[in-house]
Amino acid sequence: MALNKIKALWLALLVALSLVTAFSYAPVAQATIDAFEFKNDELRTRYQDLAAVLRCPKCQNQNIIDSDAGIAADLRQQVYRLLNEGYTDEEILDFMVARYGNFVLYEPPMNSLTYLLWFGPFALLLLAGLVVFMLLRGNRKAAQDAQQISEDDRERLNKLLNKHSG
Amino acid sequence: MKRRLMLFIPLVIFFVMGIFLWQGLKLDPRELPSALIGKPFPAFNLSTVKDENATITQDALKGEVSLVNVWATWCVSCRQEHPELVRIAKESGLKIFGLNYKDTRPEAIRWLDEYMDPYQFSLFDEDGRVGLDLGVYGAPETYIVDKDGIVRYRFVGVIDRQIWLNELLPEVNKWR
Repeated sequence: MALNKIKALWLALLVALSLVTAFSYAPVAQATIDAFEFKNDELRTRYQDLAAVLRCPKCQNQNIIDSDAGIAADLRQQVYRLLNEGYTDEEILDFMVARYGNFVLYEPPMNSLTYLLWFGPFALLLLAGLVVFMLLRGNRKAAQDAQQISEDDRERLNKLLNKHSG
Repeated sequence: MKRRLMLFIPLVIFFVMGIFLWQGLKLDPRELPSALIGKPFPAFNLSTVKDENATITQDALKGEVSLVNVWATWCVSCRQEHPELVRIAKESGLKIFGLNYKDTRPEAIRWLDEYMDPYQFSLFDEDGRVGLDLGVYGAPETYIVDKDGIVRYRFVGVIDRQIWLNELLPEVNKWR
């Protein structure tokens, strides 16, 4: 019984840990090197937001703000230009995807190709929970069975003992 | 008996995952698929390296299967690739168009004089706008464009003999 409680505690701890990891977000230091002039603060915020979610095609894991690759500078310039030309955020992202493919987006779009990517971890978590649940239930049942058998045995034992003593 | 078999499940899972991860090791994360495969070559209107008064549009690429090679004098690997391009142009009779990417005209002309010119002409993309429309992220890059001006294949990196014979030539023949 005590063993089961320890196991349940472990399970709760694991679930809590994975939830914390899933939803935590590590802020990354951002350094912009270009000196762009913006007409207003709204444009500046939109520029920064866009440059943070666009991934540098030449580098493996940097957004175009962090990267000092030539292509990243070109893309920043392009985002700046499109913003000033009145493109919406959506249109700018589409513009980039049309040229560089989905790689350029940090957050892949949800479609039939990426369902596994989006929901796979949750499915695995569910599966793991299910396995642990079944194991725990199996243990409990086994423990009960063990007790029952010992009771039967005790009865038989008593009978045998009574027969011989009587 | 059934319970016995169940014990093998982790082993099976281990092997299946091992196979997938092993395959994953062979993939090159640096290789991006082009977003332009199967789409028309982006529209442009450019002069050439050797003729600043020329106005050439995407229609010039149509007619037969051709290669479009993105190069620049600042690109070290392009220098390494150049002799192979010269050889391909001579041997195969395939038309090769250059896209001189973010370069200066005098330097580009000097390069072509010095190392021979395998190109029909080299488009002069000074600010890299056409390169950006094409999704170029590093020279050298080479595109196979079919007779209707549709982009069919993209190769990023230096073309050498092996790559030409084993990878690009079969692809060219497919669209010829």
